Order: sequence, then structure tokens, then C-alpha cells
Amino acid sequence: MNISVSKETITDAQLKELIDIVKKIHGFDFSDYTEASFKRRIGRILMLKKLAFYDLKHLLINDPPFFQEFLEEITVNVTEMFRDPAFYKALRSQVVPYLSTYQHVKIWCAGCSSGEEAYSLAILLKEENLLKRSFIYGTDVNTEVLNEAKKGIYSLRKIKSYAENYVFTGLPGSLTDHFTIAYDAAAIQSELKQNTLFSVHNLISDTVFNEFQMISCRNVFIYFETELQHRILELFYNSLCPLGYLCLGNKETIRSDAFRKKFKVINQKENIYQKIGA
Amino acid sequence: MALDAHIKQQWLSSQILLLGGSAGSFKLLFKLVKVLPESFDKTVIIIIHRKKNFYSEIEKLFAENSRMSLREISDKEPIQANTIYIAPANYHSLVEKDGFFSLDVSEAVWYSKPSIDVTFESVAEVYRDSVTAILFSGANQDGAEGLLKLRRSGALTIAQDPADAEMTEMPQAAIDMHAAEYVLSFEDIFELLQTPPDTQHN
Repeated sequence: MNISVSKETITDAQLKELIDIVKKIHGFDFSDYTEASFKRRIGRILMLKKLAFYDLKHLLINDPPFFQEFLEEITVNVTEMFRDPAFYKALRSQVVPYLSTYQHVKIWCAGCSSGEEAYSLAILLKEENLLKRSFIYGTDVNTEVLNEAKKGIYSLRKIKSYAENYVFTGLPGSLTDHFTIAYDAAAIQSELKQNTLFSVHNLISDTVFNEFQMISCRNVFIYFETELQHRILELFYNSLCPLGYLCLGNKETIRSDAFRKKFKVINQKENIYQKIGA
Repeated sequence: MALDAHIKQQWLSSQILLLGGSAGSFKLLFKLVKVLPESFDKTVIIIIHRKKNFYSEIEKLFAENSRMSLREISDKEPIQANTIYIAPANYHSLVEKDGFFSLDVSEAVWYSKPSIDVTFESVAEVYRDSVTAILFSGANQDGAEGLLKLRRSGALTIAQDPADAEMTEMPQAAIDMHAAEYVLSFEDIFELLQTPPDTQHN
């Protein structure tokens, strides 16, 4: 067993040192990331790249292109189409009727990773005859996953696992109806791509860039400390039109009293909120 | 096997009780939860492998079976004594130094999300030796490595006796790795968790 390569436990001092290096040299601030999962990600990078902690530091300081690789691995890019089918059911029954009263519907999918969720929303809007007057903005900090999102091509193996979720949403037909399949890959139909735009946005350092009828940011907050969550809730509040909707992940309840006054609970189980107040 | 003073002592001084299991462990866990007293100075964290998308009645069944308050872990939820927490499906559950749970949707471990390893390792880092962890019946190796880490950090680690388990692979993997300080039958585990607090000074 190679001790330096197999699961190295990262000390608090090392963690702080690493966060400082990344902040100073690369301008990314990870200091308000939830510590336990952030440590696990670093441990995972050490294992995958067969590095000792010292080597990782060295690469982050002396090998600028390595940072993109680091960013790809440190951020969690595990996503699914139609993850939590009950959420999509709730969207259809509780949110879509309101969205359809707008002439143009702008949706921000924040932390969109490789695009699965943005395209799930596109499919849902298409089935609700709303896609033609909607526009979905997908953003992420990670340019590599955004390139995948722009392509909209997924392995058939993944699509098969997403297809089960689709069945549970109660949407008509099957997931593969929305894809063109060739060999072992599936490409999202161009109609569904037309009204999407994927671009870089860092929730921690970037600001309001448009006004939206709905923002979906699911399973991103779990990686952030409460204080940072509040800063981003403020950003979302300021990015929503009056009575706009905010969708968080299944387990990401808004606990703060101050924000509970700004967001009305529409669906408690699925964490769907609506902007209220001034 | 009679329970020795050391095991009782360590159980009584534990702050956290970790219960991990997979196939063949549900009924056992229901039974255990049932005997835990209404007022309990420990935090109980249960990680059972479960499938996403099937709205499961696990929480409901546990709640009906238990006198303690019980909840599914949600993000940044404070970790409290006298409460049973159940790891939700399709997330890994972690604990933070400042007394909160956090969740993670990253890659499955041993094809499992929640993974027992992930929670065990995370609890080992924060709670060190004030933990009692028990690994029950299951059909894969998840949990063994986490239990080893707990043992190394001084926790009381127990594997259900494979001779006693419906599925042997999970507890056996822990035994093979020398992760379990004790290998106990279900009856012994049942007895241990009911050790009255006054035995501390025997």
C-alpha cells in the first residue's frame, strides 16, 4: 500500500493553505465551501491524479493550466435529467400555469453542470407548449462542463438511467422521444437547444445579469456554508421579477427568518419558493 | 458471549450511534430503534441503502417504531442529541465540525448513495472516539472502510456476526479488514444498546 497515494487525510492547516493558494493565484474563493465535502473532493483529486498533497500545491502554483483540471474535479458535476421526478410534477401543476401568463419566460438554471437539468426544463416547457416563448440560461463556473452542455450529447447509458426518472414525471411519451440516437450516444433535438444559452457565471463573485421569471439552483447550496447561501439568496432575490419562482434542491430548505419573509413557500417538500415583499 | 466492561463503558460514553446496513438489515434496525428510550443522550444516525424514486415509507415505519424524535437529514441541519437521523436517498450524508449535517450528490460509492463509508469516515473525522458504530447485514462491501477509519480514530466498532446475518458480505468485509473491534450476534447488540447508564461505575 502506497501511503502517500492512498486516501490521505487532509489537515485543517493544509486545507486553509490550499484555499489561500487558489484564491491568491487563481481568484477562486472556496473559503465558504462546506468543509467535509470539500475535503473529500481534495482527497479524491489526490487519489485520481496519484498525487501527494505537496504535489498538488506545487501544481496549483506552478502549472497554470492544471487549475482547470482542478476546478473540474473539485466541483461536483454529478447530475441527472429529471432528478426528483416529483419536483417536475410540482413545477407542472404549481408553477407552469403562472409562467404561461408571461409573454416571455426567462429561466436561469444556476450551476447547470453538463446541462441535464436545463434540458429537462426545456423538455417540460415544450410539452407545456411554452418553449417557443421561453429562454433558458444555463450557467456554471466550470467551462469544461459548459462545453458539454452546449453540445447536448449524452451517452446512451446515461440516457437510459434518466429515462426511468422521466417515466415518474408523468410527462407524455418517453425521454428518448426528445433525442436523436446514433450508436451509443444521444443528442438532444435541436428544437430544444434553440432557446438555451450556456455561459460562465460564478455565484460567489459575479452579480445580477438579467431578470428572470424562474431560477432553478438545485443541489448547489449543499456545497456552501450558510452565510454564503444567504449571499446567493440575495443575488437570486435581486435577479427575480416580482412573484418570480425560486427552485432549490429537495433537501435545501430556506431556514433563515429574514429570507422566509422574502420568499413564500409554494411547495415545501420540493423547496419551491416565490419572491414576495419589496 | 457476555459483554465485557470495556464495551459497555465505551458505548455509554459515546455521543453518536452510527447504524449502517443494507439488504437484510431493515427488520433488525426497526427492532433496535424500538428499544431506544424516549430520553436518550445520544444522536443516532442511520444509513441504509435505498433506491431513489421509490417513495419509501422507511421514515414513517421508523417513526412509528420509535419513541425518539426522528427525521430525514436535510442540508445544514443541526445535529442534536436524543434524535434519530436517517440518510436520504440519492445523497451522501456528511457531518461538519460545527455541529451540522451537510449533503453531497457526488459519485456513488460501492454503487450506493447514500454510502455508509462516506458517512462513517466523516463522523470519524469529527467525533473521533465518542462514537459507537455498528455494521449490519448487507450484500456489498460498503461500510467496511469507514468502520476501519472509525476504529483507528478510537471509536467502538462492531460488526454483526455473519453467522447471524441474512447477507454476510458487508459485516464479513469489515471483519476481514480488521475494522470491527467486536463481532456480536444481534442479541448481544440488542443487549448492549439497553445497558443501563449506572453500569458505568461497576
